[in-house]
Amino acid sequence: MVYHPVMALTFTPEGIYCPAGDFHIDPWRPVARALITHGHADHARDGHGAYLATDLAAPVMRHRLGEISLDAIRYGETRRIGDATVSFHPAGHVPGSAQIRVEVGGEVWVVSGDYKLEADALSTPFEPVRCHHFVTECTFGLPVFDWPAEAEVAAEINAWWAENAAQGRFSLLGAYALGKAQRVLSLLDPEIAPILTHGAVEKTNDVLRGQGIALPYTEYVTPDLDPKQRRGALVLAPPGALSGTWARRFRPASTGFASGWMRLRGVRRRRAADRGFVISDHTDWAGLNRAIAETGANHIHVTHGYTSIFARWLAEQGYDADIVQTEFTGETLDGETGEEEA
Amino acid sequence: MKRFAALFATLDQTTRTNTKVTALADYFRDAPEADRLWTIALFSGRRPKRAITTTRLREWAAERAGIPLWLFEESYPIVGDLAETIALVLPAPGTTHDASLSTWIDRLRTLKEADEAARKTRILAAWDAMDPLERLVFNKLLTGGFRIGISRKLMTRALAQATGRDEAELAHRLMGDWTPDSTTWTDLIESFDQADDLSRPYPFCLAYGIEDGPKGLGPPEDWLAEWKWDGIRGQVIARGRQCFIWSRGEELMTDRFPELAGLHEVLPDGTVLDGELLAHDGDGPLPFAALQKRITRKTVPKKLLTEAPVILMAYDLLEEAGQDLRATPFAERRARLDAMLDTLPEDAPLRPSQLVPFESWDSLASIRTTARRHRTEGLMLKRRSGPYHAGRKKGDWWKWKLDPLTIDAVMIYAQQGHGRRANLFTDFTFAVWDGNALVPFTKAYSGLTDAEFRQITNWVRRNTTERFGPVRQVRPEHVFEIAFEGIEASPRHKSGVALRFPRMARWRHDKPVAEANTLSDLRTMLEQYG
Repeated sequence: MVYHPVMALTFTPEGIYCPAGDFHIDPWRPVARALITHGHADHARDGHGAYLATDLAAPVMRHRLGEISLDAIRYGETRRIGDATVSFHPAGHVPGSAQIRVEVGGEVWVVSGDYKLEADALSTPFEPVRCHHFVTECTFGLPVFDWPAEAEVAAEINAWWAENAAQGRFSLLGAYALGKAQRVLSLLDPEIAPILTHGAVEKTNDVLRGQGIALPYTEYVTPDLDPKQRRGALVLAPPGALSGTWARRFRPASTGFASGWMRLRGVRRRRAADRGFVISDHTDWAGLNRAIAETGANHIHVTHGYTSIFARWLAEQGYDADIVQTEFTGETLDGETGEEEA
Repeated sequence: MKRFAALFATLDQTTRTNTKVTALADYFRDAPEADRLWTIALFSGRRPKRAITTTRLREWAAERAGIPLWLFEESYPIVGDLAETIALVLPAPGTTHDASLSTWIDRLRTLKEADEAARKTRILAAWDAMDPLERLVFNKLLTGGFRIGISRKLMTRALAQATGRDEAELAHRLMGDWTPDSTTWTDLIESFDQADDLSRPYPFCLAYGIEDGPKGLGPPEDWLAEWKWDGIRGQVIARGRQCFIWSRGEELMTDRFPELAGLHEVLPDGTVLDGELLAHDGDGPLPFAALQKRITRKTVPKKLLTEAPVILMAYDLLEEAGQDLRATPFAERRARLDAMLDTLPEDAPLRPSQLVPFESWDSLASIRTTARRHRTEGLMLKRRSGPYHAGRKKGDWWKWKLDPLTIDAVMIYAQQGHGRRANLFTDFTFAVWDGNALVPFTKAYSGLTDAEFRQITNWVRRNTTERFGPVRQVRPEHVFEIAFEGIEASPRHKSGVALRFPRMARWRHDKPVAEANTLSDLRTMLEQYG
């Protein structure tokens, strides 16, 4: 196949745009037609005319965005939009998350949204997609980010919880409401003690359970729940809720956060958490490099994260790499992605 | 080493003081004595001499990790800690080890004699035998500095728990220039006859800031007031015909202040003074910048000695004729101090910090407004009947600082923080108007709440106009009130001024950019307060 650059995708103030198909991908300003990689608030925003997302991502998006005109597509299914051919492929980030492949005149682009290579119990595992241009995040694009095996982190969390339960303490665990919280749930040993959830977490649980994803039994914390009857419970809440009045009813307690940022001592200490568990729905340094290599792409467009460092590294590895200014935020500890509101 | 690494992890993982004290006390009860002694040394800032430069460590770590050196260097400020950065980039361990903390320290010390190739081999082998936590601790031994939220007070409390000894006595025992080589656990902690260490300073008494003025302190006649000098706190010891000058950080600074090194010849033997080291021209203190030139040098050129002569502004007498006076009421210590200084020759580089007489809290408040004219930071209030406490204790000593100077400035550059603030924009450059141009005049890093830092971080991500490496130029849209303690002329800065302790006092959401202050406002402040 002879390669003629056609620039199937361009970067505009509204977001990533496909002129041949007249649609945007994960736009941050209102547009007529938006293809959405996944339901996190920095990717799936309000106010677009029409949405296209995977059938697995659709329930969460409807839950979050309300009455929207949403068309669903299965992984691997091909659609023709104008002169572009599009398909969605598993990104392994959260349930239903996708990389979006766009082909125009033989030129293939993949917009990966947020992604993770390590398999987990909830999301369809990441699949590499061959392309010419790969648009990638690099939230954890530094060699200091190296994730421990999931089983190891599960053992740490359960040991911490069991120890707290034995001492009559609550285990307050901060994890954002869509994706991370459910992944943590899938790692917990429900034999230890009851699992309580904050409303934001429980609502997402409901949506995911409704689409057939198995999660352990959780109890939603209502105002009349008596904490004394639940001593030793693990309380799962968005990170922001742990510092507010909501969390004060659970005492005594040990607090922990589940995030890739917990790999850094400094960040853990800023949060003044007792424990940090290194668990992320973004990929680590090795994962980013492997994912990029497996696309076979020469042109790498870096969107959010440690962009300037990562782009320089890619250039040294022989890629044609550039930085694209976006309004994606990736994994933050503080819920700027709007997770708390969900 | 595993035991010490586990202690480190426990201390590092919790924010609860009690958990920390218990973990430390357990360790002091049953770790090997040599390891205990080293633990005290490390947590009080004493470390084995550096055997390898950090430059080599960075190179070796990057090489072992298979990454270019620049990438290691870019990662370091984001992690915020060199020892941790090395621990994190290295591949998983291939072997194991079983050596204790003090054994590893001894091994490190023998490295000094090895040639570079042998050093590298041994360091790489050590890294390969350790898990990431042990590596972090080991690297801290190599690079120095165990800042992990263990205050001296917390450590002495744990020691007191483990040994059943008095906390204040232990605090005193830990002062001075001992090393694990010069003493033993028994000599340092347990011996009745404290090894007569002539140079050993007393723990400094520290003051709390007073929040809402002094009216809650009771009757003014119970209190004495002094100026709060803007120098460096120092303890001068004249014992055994020798003089020792200690900083608050327990650094022996005698060599840096040759004009004071002869004080044992004028002071009676067995004298210990507490006071402020100040650059002073005979009439009054010089700006802090003059003293700063002196602090940074280990040896002082003659020219600087005449340009910025240093004196001790003494405000307390801790020991007289070899007798510890710390339990004596402050008013009496002051009286004895004044009596002693009265007998000294006129030209001795030593003067008493004059008491500031006052009738009522209101009259003191109006005196306080003149602090800047006296080149001071405000007032100190000390209870007449108060003892000289070891460390920071609420109640008898208060600092009543001046309200800071403020100026409204426009944010023009932002940079990500590191360490605790790795994923936030926290380091900002601010500018004032000069005609239609914005002239940068200061940086500031602190003063906002976590929520505000998150908000501004979000904004910076969307409003970057240009990048210069890690620095982002942002749209000049936000005005912040910058508070600072002093202003001085500085030819090195584009704006011609340098601020002391600048920080963000308020985010002025209400203020349009056009209404930020101007360079001429800054110059007026310089004339008035500089």
